[in-house]
Amino acid sequence: MALPATHPPHVRPKTSVTRVMGEVVAALIPATAVYVWFFGPGLLLNMAVAVAVAVASEIAVLRLRGRDAGASLKDLSAVVTAVLLAFALPPLTPWYVTAIGSLFAIVFAKQLYGGLGYNPFNPAMAGYVVLLISFPAELTRWLPAVHAGLESGYVDFGTTLAYFVSGALPAGVSWDAIGGATPLDDLKTRLSVAETISEIRAAPLYGDFGGKGWEWVSNAVALGGVWLLFRKVIRWHIPVGVLAGLTFPATVAYLLDPGSHPSPGFHLFSGATMLAAFFIATDPVSAATSPLGRLIYGFGIGLLTFVIRSWGGYPDGVAFAVLLMNMAVPTIDRYTRPRIFGHVS
Amino acid sequence: MTELALILVSTVLVNNFVLVKFLGLCPFMGVSRKLETATGMALATTFVLTLSSALSYLVNTALLAPLGLEYLRTIAFILVIAGVVQFTEMVVRQASPLLYQVLGIYLPLITTNCAVLGVALLNVQESHGFLESLVYGFGAAVGFSVVMILFAGIRERVAAADVPVPFQGAAIALITAGLMSLAFMGFAGLVKG
Repeated sequence: MALPATHPPHVRPKTSVTRVMGEVVAALIPATAVYVWFFGPGLLLNMAVAVAVAVASEIAVLRLRGRDAGASLKDLSAVVTAVLLAFALPPLTPWYVTAIGSLFAIVFAKQLYGGLGYNPFNPAMAGYVVLLISFPAELTRWLPAVHAGLESGYVDFGTTLAYFVSGALPAGVSWDAIGGATPLDDLKTRLSVAETISEIRAAPLYGDFGGKGWEWVSNAVALGGVWLLFRKVIRWHIPVGVLAGLTFPATVAYLLDPGSHPSPGFHLFSGATMLAAFFIATDPVSAATSPLGRLIYGFGIGLLTFVIRSWGGYPDGVAFAVLLMNMAVPTIDRYTRPRIFGHVS
Repeated sequence: MTELALILVSTVLVNNFVLVKFLGLCPFMGVSRKLETATGMALATTFVLTLSSALSYLVNTALLAPLGLEYLRTIAFILVIAGVVQFTEMVVRQASPLLYQVLGIYLPLITTNCAVLGVALLNVQESHGFLESLVYGFGAAVGFSVVMILFAGIRERVAAADVPVPFQGAAIALITAGLMSLAFMGFAGLVKG
């Protein structure tokens, strides 16, 4: 009788890094569609250049190290980093800004640490923060949402492409005419000149929860996030932690002083809250590992985001909050290590 | 009271001595390879910084200013710091011989930790009172300790990572410190002025 001798594992899981990363990109498709509908096709250009630079720099580093670049590219992690970076950037961003961010994210935040699995910081957010500090003007020029009942001109593809290529608007178009502050930015500026929340929220920029258009992008991102949860690509601890960490202090502040703190709903559906909760903070490499550690990690991100939004110098604090909690991950992991069964300390 | 709280937030987060002012980098890079030594160094530095901050204020206002000897400030402060470090060394040696061995050369080197002298001189420059000096020194020390301990945690992890050969050791540690510094930029503006 012939007994076949095979090596374990005998039951192979269908999951792979490539499948996980691919599903993350797929889950962003509805958000991409909504974003392009409200803010024009700039996002697609940013994504294209970010992905191209990310892949090229990953190949370059691996070639220099004499490694096989193909295996590393197949896991799609560089594509996910690039797509998330593009999502964080304004719709009109010159190509070189996106390229520098993507290069920094892949080379410094990821490959110098040894590539996927070793990076202590979230590469996309490291790239974004570098751009935020190096190109403060370019990164604060946003567009108002079109198709949202706002009186704003649609920025056509020609203008978008011209700005993308040259970093300057074509003659006859000015930022004063087409630009618009993000709801978080606008809220911060108006609070600093002693307007109250109810006065600010009456402005046409604001919708039911966040800003018009913006809240629909957030909804679409959250939809993708729920899909990832349903597909078990991510687990619930980090998203719940982030949303609770933001909602809890926002509710307390709103109840104590509704005149100078926006409602928790505004915090949840503005800026990058949903993107952070479901897509950025859930990066399995730079996040904490145990369930309790993940809850603490997420809660910290939400709390720091609230602190920076409310009292800091930047309108949105998500990227900084993620990097700050990345710093704390080894320490969190150390103190939330699960107890070994049967071990009495 | 509010002012003291603001000084604390400012020194721990906004103007963190290591990541924003880039002071005290020698122990930050030198003793952060292991979490245990980093914690010990952080505690020892906290003790020295707080004490020397208060003492150098007293030396400055009670001794140097009345005698018109402000030009001796740097030397006098270094003397105060060296004295406090010697005292700490004696305490650590008695209290924890193991920690004393682990810290080794780094304990006397607190004397040359530029953050310690920096805090003393900045206290004079910003004309802090006694209580303000104490809180400023303590805040600087807490900021130093927090960053140092988190950094040690990351370095222990990076030590096991597949870092390219030219970047192993101090190079990747400095890149990590740079990325941490980027993260701390997020606190800019928390305290106005």
